[in-house]
Amino acid sequence: MAEYTSDEMMTVSAARTLRDNVTCFVGIGLPSAAANLARATHAPGLVLIYESGTIGAKPGRLPLSIGDGILAETADAVVSVPEIFNYWLQPGRIDVGFLGAAQIDKFGNINTTVIGGDYAAPKTRLPGAGGAPEIAASCREVIVVVRQTLLSFVERVDFVTSVGYGSGPGTRQRLGLTGAGPLKIITDLGVLEPDPATQEFVLTGLYPGVSVRDARVRTGWDLAAAAELSTVPPPSAAELTALRGFTANAKE
Amino acid sequence: MAEIVSLAKAVGRAVRDGDTVAMEGFTHLIPFAAGHEVIRQGRRDLTLIRMTPDLIYDQLIGAGCASKLVFSWGGNPGVGSLHRFRDAVEHSWPGPLELEEHSHAGMANRYVAGASSLPFAVLRGYSGTGLMDGVAEPSIRPITCPFTGEILTAVSALNPDVAIIHAQRADTSGNVQFWGITGVQKEAVLAAERSIVTVEEVVPHLGARPDAVVLPSWTVSYVAAVPGGSRPSYALGYYDRDNDYYLAWDPIARDRDAFRRWLNAEVFGVPEAARGR
Repeated sequence: MAEYTSDEMMTVSAARTLRDNVTCFVGIGLPSAAANLARATHAPGLVLIYESGTIGAKPGRLPLSIGDGILAETADAVVSVPEIFNYWLQPGRIDVGFLGAAQIDKFGNINTTVIGGDYAAPKTRLPGAGGAPEIAASCREVIVVVRQTLLSFVERVDFVTSVGYGSGPGTRQRLGLTGAGPLKIITDLGVLEPDPATQEFVLTGLYPGVSVRDARVRTGWDLAAAAELSTVPPPSAAELTALRGFTANAKE
Repeated sequence: MAEIVSLAKAVGRAVRDGDTVAMEGFTHLIPFAAGHEVIRQGRRDLTLIRMTPDLIYDQLIGAGCASKLVFSWGGNPGVGSLHRFRDAVEHSWPGPLELEEHSHAGMANRYVAGASSLPFAVLRGYSGTGLMDGVAEPSIRPITCPFTGEILTAVSALNPDVAIIHAQRADTSGNVQFWGITGVQKEAVLAAERSIVTVEEVVPHLGARPDAVVLPSWTVSYVAAVPGGSRPSYALGYYDRDNDYYLAWDPIARDRDAFRRWLNAEVFGVPEAARGR
C-alpha cells in the first residue's frame, strides 16, 4: 500500500462524498482540492460552481483561488457575482455546498470571522464570511472539510458565520433556511455525521490507524462514536496519482 | 462622456479625502495601479468598499488611507491572512479601522440596489448568523414580504462616491469593455457618483465580443490607459495572475518595517513612466 499523508486521506475522503452528475458550490482551499479530485476520478460529470460566477468549470489543474483564470476559460458559463448568488444559489438549484471552516461546533455551525475576545476587539481576526453563509443556508446539502484540532472543534463557535443546525432540532426551520444543512464533516482523522435525534455531530468513520480516542482528544466537545463505526478505506493508487498530479501542476 | 486622462489626473479629480471608494474586481482585474496612485496622492479618511479586500486594500489600509472598511471576505486568497488589515483591526495600526461586515451575497445585492437607485435589496440570507447581531448595523434588517408575509432580509444600498475598476479595453470615445470573471464591476460603476476605469489598452474601435460587459462612455467619468494596471492580479487575454507575488506579500505584510520599505520602493519610489506596468 502506498504511503500517504493525513491531509491526502482527508481530501480523498471528502472527494468520495461527491456523487457523479451533481452540482457543487465549491469553497476555497481544501474543499476545492477535494471537488476537483472527485471530478478527476469517480465523478467526471460533477458540475463545479464557484462564487466568482463560473458555472461548470473544468480546470485541468488545481485552481489557486476561486477566481483563477482557468475556471473562466473552462466554464460552461461565466455570470456576474450578483447573478451567481441570486439566480443560482438562492433558489436551491445547487445540490451540494462544499465548505471549509476555521472553527466548527457540535451542531455544525461554522466560524470564519473572529476568534477570542469580542467582535470589536478580537484576539484573532479571520477573513470573514465570503459566500459561506448563503451556501450553508441554500444548498440542498452541505459537506464541511476541516482539520480536526482542539482549536477548530469547539463546543460552541465564538461567532456564527454560517449556520449548521444552530442550537439543535428545529433551528433551521425556524430561521427559514431552505437547505438540509451539513450532512458530513470530513476531517484528517475521520468522518462525523449528525445524530438524527439531537443533530449533534458524532463520529461515524475513522481512517486506517486512527482510534476513537485519537479523535476525542482533538475534539472540544464530548464526542460520541456511532455504534457501527466504519473504517474508511485508504486512498487508492488512482486517487493518489490524480491528487498528486494536479497538486504538482498547480505549483508549476 | 468619459474623459481619457492620465491615471494621476483621474485620481486627483475623482478621489477626495473622506470619500467612500469602491475598487472592485473579483480576483480578476483588480485595479492595483489606481490603488497605488491613491496612496501616492496621500488620500485620507476613506471608507473603502470591496467584497474581497485582497492585497490592494491591505496596502491602502497599511498606508493609512482608510478609516472604515465595508467588506465580505478579507483574506489573501490561497495564502492566508491580510496582515495589514489584521494589524489595523487587532492593534489599530496605523490607525483604528471601523468595519461594516457582510456576506458576498449581501454585498453583491447592495451594489445591485445602488445601481438600481433603490434604498435596499432583498435576499434570503444572514438568518441566524452573527452578522445579524449588530455587526453590520444598520445595514442589515429583517423585512416582511408585503405579498406573502415571509420574513426576508433587507440590506441597504451601496452608493459610493467613487468606483474604480480595471478593464481590458476602451475605445477612443471612452466606451469600456471587459470579459472573463466580471464580478460586480458593472454594478459598482453604475452605483457610484463618479468612476475611474483603468484599461490595458485604448483601441480605435471595440470589436463586438458576445461574452463581454460593456460600459458605455456616458456611464464612466474617467478612463486611463494603464497597461499592467491590475498586476499582480490578472487580465484575461493579457497576463496571468502573479501567484508568487501573493505568496511573497505574506512576509512583507506581517512586518510593519518590511511593509514601510515595500511602500517606499514599490509605490512612492516608482518612476512615473513605470507606474502600472
